[in-house]
Amino acid sequence: MLWVCILLPQLALDAVLRRLPDPSAPLALVGGPAQLRTLHAVNPSAAAAGLRAGMRLTAAHALLPDVAMVDYDPSAEMRWQRFLAAWAYRHSSLVSAQWPGCLLLEVRASFGLLGPWPRIEARLREELAALGFGHRIAMAPTSRAARVLAGLRDGLAVDHPVAMRALLDRVPVRRALLPDGAGERLHRMGLRDLRAVRALPTDSARRRFGLPLLEHLDRLYGRTDDPLAYYAPPDRFDSRIELECEVEGYTALLFPLRRMIGDLCTCLSIRDGGVQRFVLRLEHEDAHTDVEVGLLAAEREPATLFELTRGRLERVQLDRPVVAMRLLARELPPFVPATRDLFDVRAQQSLPWPQLRERLRARLGDTAVHRIVPTSDPRPERAWRRADGDAVRIGQAPVRPPRPLWLLPKPIPLRDFHVRIVSGPERLESGWWDGDEARRDYYVLETSQGQRAWAFAPPGEQGGWMLHGWFA
Amino acid sequence: MAGVVALESLLATQTLWHAGRAAAIAADGEPTGYADLDALLPQRGWPRRALTELLLPADGVGELSLLLPTLARFTQAGATVVLVAPPYLPYAPAWQVAGVDLLHLEVIDAATPRDALWAFEQCLRSGACAVVVGWPLQADAAALRRLQVAADSGACLGFALRDRRHAGNPSPAALRLEHTRDGQGVGTWRIRKCRGGPVPAQAFAAGAW
Repeated sequence: MLWVCILLPQLALDAVLRRLPDPSAPLALVGGPAQLRTLHAVNPSAAAAGLRAGMRLTAAHALLPDVAMVDYDPSAEMRWQRFLAAWAYRHSSLVSAQWPGCLLLEVRASFGLLGPWPRIEARLREELAALGFGHRIAMAPTSRAARVLAGLRDGLAVDHPVAMRALLDRVPVRRALLPDGAGERLHRMGLRDLRAVRALPTDSARRRFGLPLLEHLDRLYGRTDDPLAYYAPPDRFDSRIELECEVEGYTALLFPLRRMIGDLCTCLSIRDGGVQRFVLRLEHEDAHTDVEVGLLAAEREPATLFELTRGRLERVQLDRPVVAMRLLARELPPFVPATRDLFDVRAQQSLPWPQLRERLRARLGDTAVHRIVPTSDPRPERAWRRADGDAVRIGQAPVRPPRPLWLLPKPIPLRDFHVRIVSGPERLESGWWDGDEARRDYYVLETSQGQRAWAFAPPGEQGGWMLHGWFA
Repeated sequence: MAGVVALESLLATQTLWHAGRAAAIAADGEPTGYADLDALLPQRGWPRRALTELLLPADGVGELSLLLPTLARFTQAGATVVLVAPPYLPYAPAWQVAGVDLLHLEVIDAATPRDALWAFEQCLRSGACAVVVGWPLQADAAALRRLQVAADSGACLGFALRDRRHAGNPSPAALRLEHTRDGQGVGTWRIRKCRGGPVPAQAFAAGAW
């Protein structure tokens, strides 16, 4: 096995910065109890002004009055670590987010698919940069060694156990992540590197430092197994963003929305799934507004999903300010990309029908696009039905006398006294079984304007025409 | 005679042209399904990648019968045909009898004329539809031009069905047909404008119902 450790030195800060339109503005994460607020992390522009992690909040305000403050949320940090574990799952089938602030991936099995290490490394770095997370990467034959090396130098990679041991022997004890502060104690005792620690008699080392130190060293050097809890992808997507200020209009929601949709699509492509239905929950102070987005077919194209969600969002009346936004997708059905002929000639900006349909539905309403299907009922108003979605079976309508192409939604009186009867009557007597009985004599009429009308009269009469359709 | 300009140079700059000696128009139109109508049209069919306007005195004068052969042919070939905000319910059994494969006929409802116009343009522009039929109610010349450009970029046949009172207004549509009735009350389609050739004096009689 060959383990890669991706160390995320400022995970909490990156998670906040990536949702801001301008990440270069000074910003600090603030943590600690209310009486003693201290800075947890600062971004580069805040650091340039002299702010440091661990500084008191009052001191930070004195140095830089207009620094943006965001509360540090340890649970958010965990959530982002899990999100990145989901992302890393694309590159390796063994991913662990067990240790705080870092991810571990087994990559030897991925070489066959993704190419040699430099290529994988470049890819990891590129994707992490696109996601907006600072990182340090190291590779070693044991997971613990990879973690230690990532802390030492970014980009360090050893793939042979012998080379790894030689390298580890030179690691300073204070940087070897020894348990219970043993590193500091060993350093004060004059032991500078791990070679010296390993040279200690085992018994006395155990007496002085306890078993964890020896176990740590064994696992570090690969002499015993290092059990890890592996990451398993979730079967739903749930992401929440708290907005910095109360938002009244929907345009300010678009930027975080784009990020959320991007995260959703990252999650989808990891699962090799699509999304067909999700909820965008706009949280207010004391209530929330749900924006349901439903598609007729599973989709995972970020641009399409963003455009559709935006269309739905535009139609929402925001009567209260929004303080947070949450995207929730409970069902992630398998996604089958549309097959397309390699040599298919398509117009330049052409849009496949499913995407066009979703765009239309997003603006005009969920039921706006439909098909019509004949049914076997003899009553004209029931002889057809609407059909939504792709799975439509279209039967053959029973053979009947000529029927008009246009049907009026409801019969209306025909205000024309110069009609000519072209054909008829056709007696229709039906529906006594469901309480919607119809007894009508249908005629084809020609109006004075030359239109062909389909109208009915009470049985046996030829007047009081009720217009029901046009032969267009 | 200094003012004399050679005839040849005028012809060359196309400020002067021979009447009746039109440049050969490629007969690449989409067959309408009516041989008589095809013969009247310069492209021998509906103009491709363009908007065709049908001007009607009222609904139900045979406008759908004129289009149905085309719609039936496209749907049977598996191409998508879209009706944008039709004024009435398309009656499924009758459309099926007319040969339209309902699997490829999509109907779009729109609450307002503005939405309908937007949907019409989206469908024309998308390239996903072979034929788009719309009933633009509040379409001015600019809107029609947009539709015409959209039909061109989406490479589809667009049909705009409008009231006859718009016949006097100029229109960017490539082909305009107006429904009229002759002395005997027989409905005919008169060509008001056709791109690529002189307007034929003859009208097309849609024939008996």
